[in-house]
Amino acid sequence: MSQPAPARPLLEVDGVSVRFGALVAVNRVSLAIAPGEILAIIGPNGAGKTTLLNAISGFYHPYEGRIAFDSTDRTMLSPPDVAALGIARTFQNVALFKGMTVLDNIMTGRLLKMRGSFLLEALYWGPARRQELEHRAFVERIIDFLEIQAIRKTPAGRLPYGLQKRVELARALAAEPKLLLLDEPMAGMNVEEKEDMCRFVLDTNQEFGTTIALIEHDMGVVMDISDRVVVLDYGCKIADGAPEHIRKDQAVLDAYLGVAHD
Amino acid sequence: MNAPAQSGDAHGLDDGLDTFPKLVRLNARRRPDKIAIREKDLGIWQSYTWSAYFEQARLIAQGLASLGFARGDRVAIIGDNRPQLYWAVMATQALGGVPVPIYQDSIEKEVEFVVDHAEARFAVVEDQEQVDKLLNVKARCPRLQHVVYDDPRGMRRYGDPCLMSLAELQELGKKFEAGHPNHFDDEMARGGADDVAIICYTSGTTGTPKGAMLSHRNLIVTARNAARFEGLGADEEILSYLPMAWVGDHIFSYAQAIITGFAINCPESAATVLHDLKEIAPTYFFGPPRIWESILTSVMVRVEDAVWVKRATVQLFLRLAQDIERRRLGRQPVALWQRLLYPLGNLLVYGPLKDNLGLRRVRRAYTAGEAIGPEIFLFFRGLGVNVKQLYGMTEASVFVTIQRDGDVRLDTVGTPITDVEIRLSEQGEVLFRSPGVFLGYAKNPEATRETLEDGWIHSGDAGFLGQDGHLKIIDRARDVGRLADGTLFAPKFLENKLKFSPYVREAVCVGQTRPWVTALVNIDLAAVGNWAERRNIAYTSYTDLAQKPEVYELIQREVERVNRSLAEDQALRGAQVRRFLILHKELDPDDQEITRTRKIRRGYIGQKYAPLIEALYSDRDHVPVEAKVTYEDGRAGTMRADVKIRDASVFAVPEAR
Repeated sequence: MSQPAPARPLLEVDGVSVRFGALVAVNRVSLAIAPGEILAIIGPNGAGKTTLLNAISGFYHPYEGRIAFDSTDRTMLSPPDVAALGIARTFQNVALFKGMTVLDNIMTGRLLKMRGSFLLEALYWGPARRQELEHRAFVERIIDFLEIQAIRKTPAGRLPYGLQKRVELARALAAEPKLLLLDEPMAGMNVEEKEDMCRFVLDTNQEFGTTIALIEHDMGVVMDISDRVVVLDYGCKIADGAPEHIRKDQAVLDAYLGVAHD
Repeated sequence: MNAPAQSGDAHGLDDGLDTFPKLVRLNARRRPDKIAIREKDLGIWQSYTWSAYFEQARLIAQGLASLGFARGDRVAIIGDNRPQLYWAVMATQALGGVPVPIYQDSIEKEVEFVVDHAEARFAVVEDQEQVDKLLNVKARCPRLQHVVYDDPRGMRRYGDPCLMSLAELQELGKKFEAGHPNHFDDEMARGGADDVAIICYTSGTTGTPKGAMLSHRNLIVTARNAARFEGLGADEEILSYLPMAWVGDHIFSYAQAIITGFAINCPESAATVLHDLKEIAPTYFFGPPRIWESILTSVMVRVEDAVWVKRATVQLFLRLAQDIERRRLGRQPVALWQRLLYPLGNLLVYGPLKDNLGLRRVRRAYTAGEAIGPEIFLFFRGLGVNVKQLYGMTEASVFVTIQRDGDVRLDTVGTPITDVEIRLSEQGEVLFRSPGVFLGYAKNPEATRETLEDGWIHSGDAGFLGQDGHLKIIDRARDVGRLADGTLFAPKFLENKLKFSPYVREAVCVGQTRPWVTALVNIDLAAVGNWAERRNIAYTSYTDLAQKPEVYELIQREVERVNRSLAEDQALRGAQVRRFLILHKELDPDDQEITRTRKIRRGYIGQKYAPLIEALYSDRDHVPVEAKVTYEDGRAGTMRADVKIRDASVFAVPEAR
């Protein structure tokens, strides 16, 4: 669990910068995520964490640098192509289809895996029917895994926030990702919901062998569940290491607590 | 202990069918393809037949045997209702061991107590949550050697050598079976009717839990008697949603299911029970009053949200149904127009509602454990759900009395079932004797002596037998007192009767060594407030509303309603409420008048309201009070009020019918 990145990382970010006009949101950041690792990305507000995640998932394209997934360069791919490669994500602000049931929301996570013609799907016949049943069976495993059986048929928009976050995770898992990007999965949750979510993140990592990169503000959570922590400040990476090491890092303390300028 | 054993012999348990594993084997032969257990898993009801039931349990037993299971070993069983755990119960019994189910929501300390006290060597549990508890208490329970879990999730990296998954255990079982082909059959054959079949730990309100030991004979004879008494068949369906550690679930989901061969259904999770109920639509159902209450509430909430036409229709027909049912239970005639309207109500309201709740197919359902509010009882019976009251105890293998079909009452718990004898002690405590009477408490002879005397169980409940043979439970025996003239006085019974009125929130009855009974009443601010608004009665506060003469009239009617029903009971006729007052403030846990769980603190109230109580026993019709109140922020203040006192009519004989 706590080994440093071995020879072939799953994801390599090499000198990536993202610019919005004159603003450099991410400045030549390099990092690597090993297969099976849980990596936390932390940093003060505006440090460029979400931007970095967006660059990895293809939302933004880097101004410079290179991103490789599974040893293949894919710096300029679009989000659907990135998803097809096996990278799934959740969003900082929940992005579910509010009028659709939890089950249907999670089924959308399987869309990339569905083949077949529109007509057969509409008729629910032959291979289309078989395929639908297979996907439904997989989705049921996720529902069981995340313990959301009781809300299967509830419209997502009616759920409390903590559960919506869980449904979003379920949808991401339904895509069977190799790499899961979680943008503040515990934001706005109470202590109990956070504990549940931590358990689900750890169990996902263990049961499915999913590699996870997450952005999180709750330092207790970060220290508890991550194998490695990367710290960003003003778009630059200022630290990278094991949680216990980061806790004592002077540059990190300065970034969070501020430094007195003489 | 000899007495029940002898009376059990009269029931001639066949040598080949005197334990549950043998009966399961019989089911597996006689009806191999009939469904025994369903479990909703991954969104689908998965079924297991009786032959699968026996096979799975046998493999678990073989696995346990390969770990060196010895006769008499105890196996802790912890988890939600799961087929695997029911199989583990049978597997344990087949090897001559004793299953000890533990409440799945127990905290570590409680688990530790039972595992340690029962000297469990094995544990079969559902998942990581329970494994974590056992790993934490293991150091202090040195006898515990093996922990077997069903769901491996989250435990990939657990390295404790005592751990094993159920699948691994069954694999071991297959290997063991190859080497010891006769072991299982031999062990099963060695089991007999008087072996301990299960130890159920009862929580009890005082002291440490006690482990009631029930034999196969206790459970088989009692479950069979009750099944015959009620006419259960192999086509029943039940929902197994109450904790496995509770004797009731063991009787309904295990003993009776095996004896009659009916199917049990395990819900997907605790949160989906009401939904699964609808999907299964059981024919046989059990729920304590709080379950019935929560179903009723879920209906009423939806009615309130409906458009007014629907709401009015539903309310009209629900009132009609309850009115008809009240008359029927009271053996009063039902008006012709009501009889004619009922089928229409059935078409428009009762049928669809029952269908929606999953109660459409219910042939019999029970409520037990505590008094059920008459409104709730009438609601379900009015819909046509045959819910009945039952009186039982762990120590009696549950069944003592049941209301027979066609002989249901609002305020009794029914008549004794086959082979149960009931008598009352001189103090009015209910004593009974039956083939179900337990073997005693595990390692607690003192408690056994207190409860079991010459084969008679001292229930700790005060009650009496009506002339119609119906048992009526009135209170816990230790709370029951006497009036000055020796009349039985059961305060909680009277208070419950008063509280069944929607307008009464709390009531405190006084009468111990007094000439008659009086009551201090708290009105329900929401209900009475609403009542007052509809009558254009203006009020400013609780205190103001409580002292309105109209409100006194209202409560007086409620008190007299209670008195009238008391008059029907010879034993309680003397304990009618003669005088009452409505308290100027609500009883509040902050003022130490009631506990946080809303139990009345009699002693404290007796002191605090001594002047009011004295006034109740004088001829004054009002009394000025000054009371200390504690505000939410902890400050204390005083309030003054003038509390009125009213007389209520008492009734001598029941009204002519």
